[in-house]
Amino acid sequence: MAQAVSGNSPARGRFALSPQARINIAGYLFITPWILKFLTLNAGAMIVSLGISLFKTDFFTTFDFIGFDNYTRLFRDPLFWKSLTVTAYYAFGMVPLALVFSLVIALFLNQNVKFQGVYRVVYYLPSIVSGVAVAILWKYLLQPRWGLINQGLALLGIEGPKWLFSTTWAMPAFILMGVWAAGGNMLLYLAGLQGIPTDLYHAASIDGANAWHRFWRITLPMLTPTIYFNLIISIIGAWQIFTQSYIITAGGPDNSTLTMVLLLYRKGFQQFHFGYASAIAWVLFTIVMLFTVLIVRSSEAWVFYAGEVRG
Amino acid sequence: MIRGQSLPSIHRGRGRYRVEHISGRVVLYLVITAGAFIFSTPLLWMISTSLKSPELINRIPIVWIPPELRWANYIDPWVEMPFLLFYWNTIFITVTNTAIILITNSLVAFGFARIPFKGRTIIFFVLLATMMLPPQVTMIPTYLFWSRLRLVNTFWPIMAPEWLSAAYDVFLMRQFYMTISTDLDEAARIDGCSWFGIYRHIILPLSKPVIGVLAILNFSFNWNNFITPLIYLNDSRLFPIALGLRLFETQMGGGDTYVRLGPLMAMTLVSIIPLMAAFFIAQRYFIQGIVITGIKG
Repeated sequence: MAQAVSGNSPARGRFALSPQARINIAGYLFITPWILKFLTLNAGAMIVSLGISLFKTDFFTTFDFIGFDNYTRLFRDPLFWKSLTVTAYYAFGMVPLALVFSLVIALFLNQNVKFQGVYRVVYYLPSIVSGVAVAILWKYLLQPRWGLINQGLALLGIEGPKWLFSTTWAMPAFILMGVWAAGGNMLLYLAGLQGIPTDLYHAASIDGANAWHRFWRITLPMLTPTIYFNLIISIIGAWQIFTQSYIITAGGPDNSTLTMVLLLYRKGFQQFHFGYASAIAWVLFTIVMLFTVLIVRSSEAWVFYAGEVRG
Repeated sequence: MIRGQSLPSIHRGRGRYRVEHISGRVVLYLVITAGAFIFSTPLLWMISTSLKSPELINRIPIVWIPPELRWANYIDPWVEMPFLLFYWNTIFITVTNTAIILITNSLVAFGFARIPFKGRTIIFFVLLATMMLPPQVTMIPTYLFWSRLRLVNTFWPIMAPEWLSAAYDVFLMRQFYMTISTDLDEAARIDGCSWFGIYRHIILPLSKPVIGVLAILNFSFNWNNFITPLIYLNDSRLFPIALGLRLFETQMGGGDTYVRLGPLMAMTLVSIIPLMAAFFIAQRYFIQGIVITGIKG
C-alpha cells in the first residue's frame, strides 16, 4: 500500500515501482467496482445466504441454529416439490421451443428479405417490453371467453381452453408468453448467421450439396456457439421465472403456476421464514449450476468453433 | 473475420444458391409476415382496447377500431393515481442507474481487455462464473444488509447495487474491446498517455455500438425491474411505474373483470412508450453492436 501511494513519482522515489507493478495497480484500479461488487454482493452475500439457510430466523425475534433442518423440511414439503415440477415444466417447455422458434425466424429473416429491419423490430420488441405491462396484457389476452387468443382459435374452429383458470393449461400459457418474448435469441442468431464464411457454402454447392444438406452440415454446426450461448442464458433465466406467476395467477389455480422464486418470495418476504427461503434459493442455485455444468461439459461434443474445423 | 460484411453482400456472393424460385420466396414472405402479424397483435390489441368504452371490450367478434375513440381512458387515470409521480420515480431510477452502470462497466471491461495485470485471467474466469449465480441467492442477505442500515423503503437498495458493474455487461464489452486493434494504445503509451487517457480518448469513442446495446438492455432492465422494488418499497409515493401499474390493476378489480380494462390498457401502454422510444433511438447502434459482439458469443 505504501508503495502504491509513493508510486506517483516512481523514478525519483525510494520505493520505485517496476513497470509490471504499475500495470497491476492500474489494472486493479480499473476493475475496482467489480471487485467491490464481488466481495459484497456476490461472494459475501453467498456465504451469508448459506449461513442463514442453517438458521430458523425472521431477523427480528428468532435466530436459532437448526443445521440442515430447513433442507430436510424442504424435501418433505409438498409445496416445494410442486414448485420444482412447475418450474422444471416451464424450463423444459419454454427453452427448447424458444430456441427453435427464434432460430427458424432468424433463418428466414437471413434470406435476403426486404424490410428486414422492420421484421427484426417486430420480433424483437416483445422482449424489450417484458415485465409487469406484458404480464397484465397477457392476463386479458388469455381471458377464456372474450380474450383475443380464444377468439382467434375460434376462427380456426378450435374451442380454446380455459388457460389461466385451468390447472392443465396455465403453464402452457406461460410458455407461450415466454416464446413471444424470445426475440433476444433471434437477434444473436442473426448475428451468428452473418459470421458464417460464405466460401463454405460455395464449396458445398460445388460438391453438389442441396439446401437441406447445407443447413445440416454448415449452417447448424457453425451456429452451435450461438446456440450454446442462448441455451445457457435461457435456462438460467427460465428457472428464475417470477413476475408472470406473481402478477397473472398468483401461483394458482391450485398452485399449478407456483414457481420456485414465487415460493421463495412468499416464504421469505411475506412469511419472514428467511432461513427456509434461503434454503430454497440454494436448491435453485444447485439446479441451475447442475444444468450449466452439464451443458458446458457436453459442449465439446456438439459445439464447433470455426478455428477447429479449419485446423 | 466476416464481421463488417453486410448481409446483402453475403447473399450476393451465393446468389445462385439462395431460395430463388418465386414460389419459395412467396412462401418465405407469407411465413414471416404471418409470424410478424401474430407477434404484433398483442400490442395492437392493447392499443385498440385502450381506446374502447366498456361495452365494446368483450364484444365477440372483436371490434378492432372502435367507432368512437375514447381518449378519456388516457386522461382519467392520472387523476385517480399519482402516475406522474410513478413516472418521475422510474425515470429517475432508470436514467441514473443506466448512466452510472455504463461508466463502471466500461472501466472494468477496459481493465480486463487492455491492461495485462497479474491474475487477470483467473479473475475474469471468476467474473464469468458469477453470471450463473441467481440473484435470488443473494437477495435475502442483501435485504438484511439494507434493513440493518435502515434503508429499506428508500431508493438506495434499488440503485446502489446496480452501480457496481454487471458481469454479463462486462463480458459483452470486453469481447467488443478485444476486437479493437491494440496498435493505437501502444502508440499512445509510448507518447506517455495514461491508461485512463487511452480509455477516454481511444477506446470510448470507438465503442458506441456496444454502449448502445448495454444502454438499451440496462434501460429495459431497470424500467421493467419488478421484484427489487416489490421487496424494498412499501410507500406508494416511492413506487416506480411497474409497482404503480400493479396497484392500478388490483384497484381495477383485477382478474376477470373487463369494465375498466380501457383505462388499464391505456396506462399499460403509456408505461412502455418510453421504453419503446429508447429502443428506437438506440436501435441503430443496438443492432450493429449485437452483430459485432454476438459473433464471439
